[in-house]
Amino acid sequence: MNDRLSPAVNTLQSKFNAQVAEFRDEVTLTFTPDQVVPAATILRDQFGFDVLAVETAVDYCPQTTPRFHMVYIVYSTTQHVYLNFRAGLPAENPTISTLETVYPNANWRERELWDLMGIKFEGHSDLRRILMPPNWEGHPLRKDYPLGYEEVQYTFNFEDIDLRKPKGVRLP
Amino acid sequence: MGVDQKTGNVGIVTTNLEKMVNWSRTNSMWPMLFGLACCAIEMMGAEAPSYDLSRFGMELMRASPRQSDLMIVAGRVSQKMAPVLRNLYDMMPEPKWVIAMGDCAACGGVFNNYAVLQGVDEIVPVDVYVSGCPPRPEGLINGIVLLHKKVSGEKFAKWK
Amino acid sequence: MREIQEFTLDDLRHLVSPRAISGETMVLNMGPQHPSTHGVLRLIVELDGEIVVNVIPDIGYLHTGIEKNMESKTYQKAEVMTDRIDYMYTIGNNLVYTLAVEKLTGLISPPRADAIRVILVELSRLQSHLLWIGTSALDLAAMSVFLYAMREREMVLDIFEMCSGQRMMTTYIRPGGLWRDVPAEFEDAVKALVAIMPKRIDEYESLLTKNPLFLDRTRGIGKIDTKTCLAWDVTGPTLRATGLPFDYRKTNPYCGFEQYDFDIPTQTTGDIYGRYLVRVEEMRQSVRIIEQALNKLPYGPVRDNNRKYVPPPRSEIGVSMESLIHHFKLWTEGFNPPVGSVYTAVESPRGEMGVFLESDGGPKPYRVHYRTPSIMLLQALPQMAIGHFVADLVGIIGSIDIVLGDTDR
Repeated sequence: MNDRLSPAVNTLQSKFNAQVAEFRDEVTLTFTPDQVVPAATILRDQFGFDVLAVETAVDYCPQTTPRFHMVYIVYSTTQHVYLNFRAGLPAENPTISTLETVYPNANWRERELWDLMGIKFEGHSDLRRILMPPNWEGHPLRKDYPLGYEEVQYTFNFEDIDLRKPKGVRLP
Repeated sequence: MGVDQKTGNVGIVTTNLEKMVNWSRTNSMWPMLFGLACCAIEMMGAEAPSYDLSRFGMELMRASPRQSDLMIVAGRVSQKMAPVLRNLYDMMPEPKWVIAMGDCAACGGVFNNYAVLQGVDEIVPVDVYVSGCPPRPEGLINGIVLLHKKVSGEKFAKWK
Repeated sequence: MREIQEFTLDDLRHLVSPRAISGETMVLNMGPQHPSTHGVLRLIVELDGEIVVNVIPDIGYLHTGIEKNMESKTYQKAEVMTDRIDYMYTIGNNLVYTLAVEKLTGLISPPRADAIRVILVELSRLQSHLLWIGTSALDLAAMSVFLYAMREREMVLDIFEMCSGQRMMTTYIRPGGLWRDVPAEFEDAVKALVAIMPKRIDEYESLLTKNPLFLDRTRGIGKIDTKTCLAWDVTGPTLRATGLPFDYRKTNPYCGFEQYDFDIPTQTTGDIYGRYLVRVEEMRQSVRIIEQALNKLPYGPVRDNNRKYVPPPRSEIGVSMESLIHHFKLWTEGFNPPVGSVYTAVESPRGEMGVFLESDGGPKPYRVHYRTPSIMLLQALPQMAIGHFVADLVGIIGSIDIVLGDTDR
């Protein structure tokens, strides 16, 4: 592990009893959902991780007990190192408190996660859809949402698919 | 030509109404500024000095749909943008033409998923399809020349 | 037919000031189709006369679902879709995805491939800044700069076409190195470009830098300070114009950037003029890096030899049975990297662009997330635009250099 990372990792590991994993020079800590905001505050104030680079989520669909993993990656502009941390969320009504009070740029990231994955953020100032139209149903990036693949029109099925496709016309 | 020489070459030309109207329509078609994604950059490249679009009378890209007659749909059309595009098409006055530039506007392109319309002809009637991802500026100019040929062949019955 | 989904002032009650609800200020829509919104961006602007009280950006008009689509293709095929995310810095999108796959699988690209990657990436940065200077000056009604800048951009696109056959979406940088070696005319073409570029940049500067109209429209407008930038995660030239000399090529170097000698331009004003000066100086530094990389270009292979991930060369397939089997497996099934997740970031002309890649041991990526800079710049727009006139809003959007494909993916 990088020496610049060890003070932060050791403090968080002992304080929150988190698990530490290392893969290809990257350190990942795993917390429970309610430990995320206090841990982020300590990282920002005490150890100088001033930029939240990534906030995203991964869907492990057939598994239900942690169905979603929230992934956060913070960066320190003085020490030039990244630190990852994760939190597992259940499949039923996944909720976690918002990180907007610690890092203001989490605002749109959480809106995107609500839109595409269906994860609710408590205390968010403005939770509405950002990338899909406002009345869209469903959360597209989940693993059980279909891709929406349209069948390719070859010569043998050209007319069949043509009858089903919508066509734009001039209005009289 | 005979009338011209009999009157002493004073500058009279005889033609028929269709040819005159079609000539004036093709030589100054004003495109509407509708660049959506990567194909818009190649459309801007076509307007640039190396592949000049102003020799076709098209250097003026009007942002207002009420003042334009050609809509070059350059780029992918997403679900949120589709009703906006149809609205803009309806706002254009007759006569109007549509060029679908690029693979995404013609047939959905590389993206076959929930978020991109599989071809802009699902919502507006298209006259010319230009393929390529993105098409070279020469490809776009080929499409425009093809549209000019199509418009020059229009007859009375088609006009409203 | 689909209807346009509108939101009323009630839905935005929590975002606009109370004066809008009472009717004292005007709420206006700068719609997705507008001469100067650089793509399909919609802004809901609350105006008190001509002064901007609040700006609410509405994005999503170019959402393409690339992240979900990449999950259904193998690693090699998914790279084709990455070009179209930030269509101004196409080689950089390929590079960051390739660096993530190389980190995950443990591939190492040889020195010649690294040097050519640096040349292509800096050429891509040069053409992105050239288009930026053309279009943002066009927003402020300086039309001739656009025509000059596009002339140089054609030279750069000719070089890309010479290497890969495509002007913009090249997919030239692949895991393990490059797709194939550059042709023989590459070095002469790049040398010719590098020889004339400094004088051309002087030409653009002579048109804009001391122009009193340009100075009046850009000095003191759209200010932002370093602390706000870091809190809203704004990186790139916008951060460097506030005074912090921060560049990923120096702090977390990749592709051998530590061997090249270049400066990081900074200004302290943080307004539109500062960002303009930073980008013009960056163009000069890019030319300097290309010159150094071209002089030091080593000989050697351009792709790693690990046949489990990299396809063998065509000449070997006819003579060796293992090469044929590797080729077959790679094109039909794809390669299987180890289980785990990585994150890599590079410096794009807009800021930090990164890829978070998670693999479950199969041939298709399990989760790909692109951390793109434009969405963060757009989120910080209200901090820069409140209190200025509507005409300045157009200039500010031009100066932060957003690309909507980057924002919506």
